[in-house]
Amino acid sequence: MIRFVATRLARSLMTILAVMTFAFVVLRLSGDPAKVMLGPDTPREAVDAFRQQWGLGQPIWAQYFHYLGAIFSGDFGMSMRDKSPALQLVLERLPATLIVTVPALILQVTIGVSAGVFAALHRGSIVDRGVIVLSILGFTIPSFVMGLLLVLVFAVTLHWLPSGGSGTWAHAILPVITISVGWIGSLARFSRSATIEVMGQPYIRTAMAKGVHWSDVVWRHALPNAATPIVTLVGFMVGSLVAGAVVTETIFSWPGMGRLLISSVANRDLAVVQCIMLLVAAMMVCTNLIVDLLYGWLDPRLNARHEN
Amino acid sequence: MSIVSPGKRKNVLPLSVGLSLVWLALMLFLAFFADLLKPYDITTMDLASRLAPPLSSGHWLGTDELGRDVLSRLLQSIRVSLFIAFGATLISAAFGTTVGFLAARFGGWVEQLVVLMADFQAALPFLIMSLAVLAFFGTSMWLLVVLMGFYGWERYARIARGLALSANAQGYAAATVQLGATPSRVYLRHILPNVASTLIVSMTLSFPDIVLMESGLSFLGLGVQLPETSLGNMVGFGRDYLTTAPWIVLSPAVIIMLTTLAISLAGDWLRDTLDPTLN
Repeated sequence: MIRFVATRLARSLMTILAVMTFAFVVLRLSGDPAKVMLGPDTPREAVDAFRQQWGLGQPIWAQYFHYLGAIFSGDFGMSMRDKSPALQLVLERLPATLIVTVPALILQVTIGVSAGVFAALHRGSIVDRGVIVLSILGFTIPSFVMGLLLVLVFAVTLHWLPSGGSGTWAHAILPVITISVGWIGSLARFSRSATIEVMGQPYIRTAMAKGVHWSDVVWRHALPNAATPIVTLVGFMVGSLVAGAVVTETIFSWPGMGRLLISSVANRDLAVVQCIMLLVAAMMVCTNLIVDLLYGWLDPRLNARHEN
Repeated sequence: MSIVSPGKRKNVLPLSVGLSLVWLALMLFLAFFADLLKPYDITTMDLASRLAPPLSSGHWLGTDELGRDVLSRLLQSIRVSLFIAFGATLISAAFGTTVGFLAARFGGWVEQLVVLMADFQAALPFLIMSLAVLAFFGTSMWLLVVLMGFYGWERYARIARGLALSANAQGYAAATVQLGATPSRVYLRHILPNVASTLIVSMTLSFPDIVLMESGLSFLGLGVQLPETSLGNMVGFGRDYLTTAPWIVLSPAVIIMLTTLAISLAGDWLRDTLDPTLN
């Protein structure tokens, strides 16, 4: 078990390092980092100070280690727009993003998984067909179209909810729905096929033949086994949640990290872009690590296999 | 082994798949002949009839805020979006397959490097990575196609590596090696044709994702740039006129939805018929 955790941890660190290297390479390829990071009309002294601080006069490998050191000590550079540290700017926007993504994640998992499992257990019924059709619709409608349709119906036509902005909980409803819909569809479809596959296994037939109660078969024999692939997908979802937030926050003028990313990309405020990219990657790596560790807990066979 | 072959029923084309194929054929036709079919140039402004509703004289799908014909822009957008998605799918398949074959051929540190690259891709949501690259390099059509071409490469790499390893274990690859074929000949002339159907199926599965990714980026104003137009672009710019002229948004939105739906249905069907082993 300890070896399993250690290899996973080492792999996660390697991944983080790969993302940081990517950021470093892209930054160096795009031209003089001092000019790119600071903008064209920065005074010469400031540019020189920046070069000094980031060690730009040194050979490239020294610059690389300098860069890694700076990132690990939390120095992501300054935003060129409002001259404050990029990290601080991003962290200020983080709560707003969490307000829409966390409820969206909860909705996706509860509705998606239960609809999929229910459909699988009532295979061929009207509900099953309904779930299939809705889930296909859910992931073929792009989130920006979904968001605009919701605005058209609930804000413009019915006047029930605001079309954008923030402040009250009512402002968060449409963004949360927009982020959730696509992945509810994918998750429902995936949980359905995972459950169907497990229900076809010999041990389920054995349990039923032994006369185990139906609900016990489902809860104790089927679902724990169907959980492993579903957990994998939920791990992937967390990353797409951030990507979904980028589009959704733009549609609804929601003041989160996603909108900050878009405006920073448009203004080429590279320190902020890089900071968001590294934070998202760190978050994804942590999620994948947790998912990997959950596997071991959900399916002890994996640990046993690893130890041999 | 059952006496009644279950294979027969698979040849019956479901209605939904038939409709999907018809729709896709129509889209390809429109994309190819957009130049001949579009009634106006995409930048021609008819300032006298701005924001004209659909079915008004001379403009079947209405006009936008500058009096540009929505139908003409739609046809051009279909062409641009499909071109990008098609180019990107080919790049992604070619790159992923090459990397997968390399991993299978050399193993060792090459394989480790590929795993690290796949981990990297899994750690960075594709949209975030694309936005970062576009922020550093600025936007251009070619950069966009190349960038989209990295979407889903790891899926092809995984499939190609797995299939190549199992092909190597089979007689035919070993036989050609024994006959003195070079590794590149074994991989390109013998293994590739044998794994092509699986790769083509996964191309149809990732094509709709690329269409959605490009339209998402263009919607955010960071994909296809003016004066060129794409489906996502039209939705993005039409958004400001959602209440006064919803037709600007609705026609490209419907095209995106129906096209991704059609490719998904056709791709699923293709997978089920050609290759039941592919997950």
